[in-house]
Amino acid sequence: MTTATHTAAKSESALLSIVLVAFMGLGLFYATGMASASTLHDSAHDVRHSAGFPCH
Amino acid sequence: MLKKMVVSALLAGFVTGLIVAVLQTIMLEPLILEAELYETGQLVHFADVTREMPDVEIEWDVMRVVLTFVASVATYVAFALMAVAIFAYVNTRGITISPRQGILWGLAGYAALILLPSLGLAPELPGMYAAELRPRQLWWAGTVIASGVGIGLLVFGKDWVKWGIGLFLIALPHIIGAPHPDAFGGVVPPELAAEFTGRSLGMSAINWGLLGMLVAYFWNAENKA
Repeated sequence: MTTATHTAAKSESALLSIVLVAFMGLGLFYATGMASASTLHDSAHDVRHSAGFPCH
Repeated sequence: MLKKMVVSALLAGFVTGLIVAVLQTIMLEPLILEAELYETGQLVHFADVTREMPDVEIEWDVMRVVLTFVASVATYVAFALMAVAIFAYVNTRGITISPRQGILWGLAGYAALILLPSLGLAPELPGMYAAELRPRQLWWAGTVIASGVGIGLLVFGKDWVKWGIGLFLIALPHIIGAPHPDAFGGVVPPELAAEFTGRSLGMSAINWGLLGMLVAYFWNAENKA
């Protein structure tokens, strides 16, 4: 593998990690901050109100 | 890289979430519990002032406080994951974010996620009148995205076109307008609601500055390791 393709491959995997981590964060935030399932809502109720996220 | 990102987000989110939960329990939880006394009718606002108010005290539930700590940590781990992703992306453009600069990044996050959406939907207590939940959540999410992109264009744009688009994106959700209830009729006293809204916005500024600083600290430390 030449240096150029090696760097390209490396930055591609870096970008993939970045996108993956961003979506992990987004998914976790949806569960704690937005999802309406009652167990999730009740557990995170006070945090949602305190942060000012729309809640019930 | 993936592991380093996740580890630093977990550390930063965990520490921030714990500190936030402590502050929230001291500053905001008592107001929520008091509002719920009105929501459940144990206390009544606008009651005949010549009559004595029933002697009701707020009650603390240990399980509820524990759940608040868990939810707080989970929420800030989520934000830390997104922040690390942004910081790592910025790194690929040759810029490293120091913990001091991290505070500014955190405050930009505060502006996008809390402050600008609050211009349309103020943080509210239980027992207040509000429009339907879904439209409010959609408006909120749209406002966060438009504000975030708008702030990015204002900060990193280098010409008037980018700045103009940035300002327009920030203003757009407020031109459209947030969903509001048709009538007011909440049972919570306005004094309590105002105190809560002010405190909530103030606390969030601290929380987000802290988050930005800690994400930058742990992410840089993981990168050096």
